[in-house]
Formats: sequence, structure tokens, C-alpha cells
Amino acid sequence: MAMSRVRLAFTPAPVHVRTARLVGVAVARRVGVAEELLDEVRLAIGEACSRAVALHRQYGLADLVQVEMVDGDTYTVRVTDRAPVEAGLGLTALPPDELTNESLTDEALTVGVGFALLAGLVDDLQVRPAEEGLGTEVWMNWPLRAVPGGARRWVGE
Amino acid sequence: MELSLATRTVADHAVLEVGGEVDVYTAPKLRERLTELIDGGARNVVVDLDRVDFLDSTGLGVLVGAHKRLRPMGGTFSLVCAKESLLKVFRITALDQIIPLHPSVEIATGTRTDGIGAQPGQARTGPADSAGPAQ
Repeated sequence: MAMSRVRLAFTPAPVHVRTARLVGVAVARRVGVAEELLDEVRLAIGEACSRAVALHRQYGLADLVQVEMVDGDTYTVRVTDRAPVEAGLGLTALPPDELTNESLTDEALTVGVGFALLAGLVDDLQVRPAEEGLGTEVWMNWPLRAVPGGARRWVGE
Repeated sequence: MELSLATRTVADHAVLEVGGEVDVYTAPKLRERLTELIDGGARNVVVDLDRVDFLDSTGLGVLVGAHKRLRPMGGTFSLVCAKESLLKVFRITALDQIIPLHPSVEIATGTRTDGIGAQPGQARTGPADSAGPAQ
């Protein structure tokens, strides 16, 4: 099976994150990601896109957020922002006892919870400098359903 | 799906029923409604997530924010959630250790008449429309 690719780019506005989630899950379903993983795929793509939108808004960037979905032996989603690398790589998950810290801002709380979700949902996750240009990318990978004989199982078959 | 919000009173609790998707786009509306409730004097707040299809970190942040606001006021904040997909989100983020989660509004408000989930002496009969699924 040849590798196929879907790309999406959107203005860094919260309203478009849902669109990215819907597209990401539609592609995941089509290429054969197991049904029981689709909720996680949807949430993880949403978190990665929300993170990118938040970074662009924080730095006043109008650049598009890019989402690339590739299927080959696995399903890979890459969400790329254009914020300074040190900002993108500096985000970490919050430990539970920090969540109700009174001095924590809502933004910091959401970022910490978002990262905790990404790390908890996606076994194969990397946050790394973008392959091209400024920014960071959240790289996520999910297995496809294996079927006897090595053929891919398509939805509806 | 758009966010839907409806408020009702059960015993001395303000119950906010949320439906649809709570994400980075819709969460500000949820925050606004919770702020209105608390500013309006509600001190025992229950957010019913039974009809929520999707909840992300922004929505979780709003819920934690309401919990943090009510705590120094001597108020209570709890959630109704029975969906495994949402419960998983609370477990991953460890928020299930911070915000009380209940399987039904009756248990969250102490109005379940068979006594299960209600504190001693607090069992009350709730309005007919508050009956939830059998636990």
C-alpha cells in the first residue's frame, strides 16, 4: 500500500480546531486505525492544535497552523506551529498537586493539563523542532489494525 | 455540535447541565456561565457532563477554575460523569483526585431516596425530571 498524505492549514483561531479534529479522525477511520483508538486520536489532535493556536496567539503570529496526516504502516499526525522553539519545547505536564495551586493562571493550568493529556493519550509522541523553518511540531503515531495476510482492513469490509 | 447549557436547582445545589463539545472554542461560554452562577450566589455547584460528547484541556481548565473559586468561599463543586471516555480524561490528568465525580445528579446532590450516595440526614426527594439512569 502506497503512503498517502492529507494536509490541512488553518488560521490560528479556536473555531478551526474542531475542523482539524474532524478531519484527523475521518482520515484515521479511513486508513484503518482501530475504532477503540479514535476517541484518543480525536482528543490528541485537538490538544496538539489547541496548543499551536495558543502559542500563535501568545506570540501574535498570524501564520497558519499546519496539520499533516500520513498513513503508511502506521498513522502519523504532525501538528506544526511557528512559535519560538524554546516556547514550544518548554511546555510540560503539571503534576497533580500543582493543579489547584492558587497562583497558577488559567492559561498555565490549561497548558499543563493539555500536555498531560497528550502524554497520557499517545504512546508514540514527540515534541521537537519543526523540520523546516521556525517552530515546533507535535508528532504522534498510531498503529493500524493488523489483519491476517498482511492486508489492510478498510472500514466497511 | 454546539455547546448547550441549562441550569436548574436541585435541593440547595445549582446544577449546570452541559451538552455537546467543550473545547478551546466553546469553553469560554462554559466559564462565563459558571462565573454568572457563582457571582449570583451559588455556593454548591454541580456540573452535569452526561450529555457532553467531547471535553478537552480547556474545558478541564474551566472546571478546575470554578472549583478553585468556590473552595475559599466554603462552597462545593462536583461533577456528574458516567461516560468512560470522559472519565479517562479525568484519570489521565489526575483531576479525579481533585474534583469529586459522581455517576448521577441525585448522588451529587444527595437527593437519591434509597440513601446510597447521600449523607446521613440529607436524603431528599428531587424533582421528577431529575431522575437519572439506574446505577
